[in-house]
Amino acid sequence: MAAAKPAQPHLPRRIGRLVRTHAFRLAALYFLIFAASVLGVLLFVYWMSADFVERQTEATLDAEVAGLSEQYAQRGLSGLVQLVAARSAGNRGDAMLYLVTDPSGRPLAGNVAGWPADAPLRTGWLSFTIAGRESGRRQIHPARGALFIIPGGYRLLVGRDISDADAFRDRIRLTLLWSGLVALVLGLLGGAMMSGKLLRRVELVNRTSERVMAGNLADRVPLEGTGDEFDQLAANLNRMLDTIERLMAAMREVTDDVAHDLRTPLSRLRARLELALFGPPDAALHQEAIRAAIDEADRLLGIFNALLSIADAESGARRGQIGSVDLCEVAAAAAEFYEPVAEERGFILSLMTEEGAVIRGDRHLLDQALANLLDNALKYAGGGVIAIRAWREQSRAYLEVADCGPGIPEADRESVFDRFVRLEPSRSTPGNGLGLSLVKAVTRRHQGAVALADNDPGLRVRLDFPVLL
Amino acid sequence: MKILVVEDDRETASYLAKGLSESGYTVDRTADGRDGLYLASSAGYDAIVLDLMLPGMDGLAMLGALRAAEIRTPALILSALGRVDDRVKGLRAGGDDYLVKPFAFSELLARLEALLRRGGTAPHASRLRVGDLELDLLTRTVMRCGKPIELLPREFRLLEYLMRHAGHVVTRTMLLEQVWDYHFDPQTNVIDVHVSRLRQKIDKSFDRPLLHTVRGAGYCLRPPE
Repeated sequence: MAAAKPAQPHLPRRIGRLVRTHAFRLAALYFLIFAASVLGVLLFVYWMSADFVERQTEATLDAEVAGLSEQYAQRGLSGLVQLVAARSAGNRGDAMLYLVTDPSGRPLAGNVAGWPADAPLRTGWLSFTIAGRESGRRQIHPARGALFIIPGGYRLLVGRDISDADAFRDRIRLTLLWSGLVALVLGLLGGAMMSGKLLRRVELVNRTSERVMAGNLADRVPLEGTGDEFDQLAANLNRMLDTIERLMAAMREVTDDVAHDLRTPLSRLRARLELALFGPPDAALHQEAIRAAIDEADRLLGIFNALLSIADAESGARRGQIGSVDLCEVAAAAAEFYEPVAEERGFILSLMTEEGAVIRGDRHLLDQALANLLDNALKYAGGGVIAIRAWREQSRAYLEVADCGPGIPEADRESVFDRFVRLEPSRSTPGNGLGLSLVKAVTRRHQGAVALADNDPGLRVRLDFPVLL
Repeated sequence: MKILVVEDDRETASYLAKGLSESGYTVDRTADGRDGLYLASSAGYDAIVLDLMLPGMDGLAMLGALRAAEIRTPALILSALGRVDDRVKGLRAGGDDYLVKPFAFSELLARLEALLRRGGTAPHASRLRVGDLELDLLTRTVMRCGKPIELLPREFRLLEYLMRHAGHVVTRTMLLEQVWDYHFDPQTNVIDVHVSRLRQKIDKSFDRPLLHTVRGAGYCLRPPE
């Protein structure tokens, strides 16, 4: 049975749906945080490098100014002019600018052609521009410098052409801008991929559950094999679906079995009553027929109750009855209960218990399971020893009933647990074929297992459960 | 003795009324839970037989209201819900006994009689006596005609239960539930064997038997007439 594939929605609707998804919101949040941190890092890098260049310029200027003022202090104006002239002469390629002028602004020495128009006449730091000439073209270069008014109105300008530093700053800015853009695009792509992947896996789960709800109980969520949380979720969902499927199948089986196995005695009952009704009007015969009908009805009720007990045990409906149960007590109580009837039928009932076989379970169900095993042994074994044992081995607790009867052939050991199954030689004895089904249901309810084995001769039924720690 | 039957299934109700009248009880019937509550709290009944799923007010609610009003009339719950959980719920709500449908009338009668007696006999008497049979709960000894009888602990428990319900029918299910705390029917006639063992010990060497089998119902321990 193929489930209908849902039609692909239109693009705008798909985008709308995408925006509403948790995965998208997660990705958007991730992207915002990522973008903010990238921006922060870039701003920091920019600020650090720009600041560094500026500091370097100022440090150079400071050193220069210190040298010149020392010269002036020792040798006066002429010394200063000489030094400036010497410094300006050698083109040291360090973009240093020097200028000494008289009070009217006429240059006395220096490598700047004239007093810069935009330099204020105040002692202190200043920014100004100078005209430079590069490959035959006039260019305005920004510069940074310090101006000193020397006593007598003479001026000293020490500066530095910062056009290189500015260019460097520009390049940094551009580099940072580009790397920022690339990072943002990558972040956006990563977020989209992440949300897409999340979305796809959630979508897989959703699709599967929709198909299961539509009736395809055998469908399962595909695993990626990575063992991540999504795989774990899918595996858990699959296990849940397995359980549901098993329960449904069990229920269907019960319904079929009940229909089949109750119909026969019911029609027998009906036939018997009909015969009595249309037969000779004899009070004694009627009495007999009614008695037989009541017996038949009781048998039916017995089957009905046994089925309900199995269903109860299987569905785990009796959660309220769960507590710690000592299998030794269960065994001892059953031994005491069955001892007289066993003796009367020529059996020897032996009880062996070792302490510690305590499990978490439903006492009533366990009592009933053990009683069913003893009923079976009494019914089929014919005589000899029936041994009841309860003990513990490491983390397992065991409850065992062993008889010396004919046993069960290996080939039939699986099928005897099915409902209403009765093996050929036992068909003539009374019974409903539900005893072992209940035992199995009860053990499964307790996360246990039931195993049939040879007792050489006889049958050994062993229930084992996880011990209560 | 007056019994109130609160049961909405007409056939079951008339079957109950007929059977109970034939057993010597006066019976009032109602099919509605609220009427049932009204009747139970106004007229003096000796016991109530109560269905759980009722129109008007369900059986558990009715029982709860009755017990809240300090009316302690013994109540036997009849219900189609047979799980142990359902049983526990019914008994917690104030029911004194719980019988799952379908039921044998003899079972109902036996349980009802056990309820009616409950108020009468002192539950904490240390000595029980039926005819010339005497059971001492403190020394855990049994004597008949002054001759001690050795009983196994399980036989002692069984006899104690039968003596507490002396003169009345006790069903196999009652014994299973009350003496052994088993809530299922074993496929084997275990109870019959237990009773016959007990009978061997208390009746065999005496002329007049005390422990009788009531065909189709159960057992009855009663003093000889």
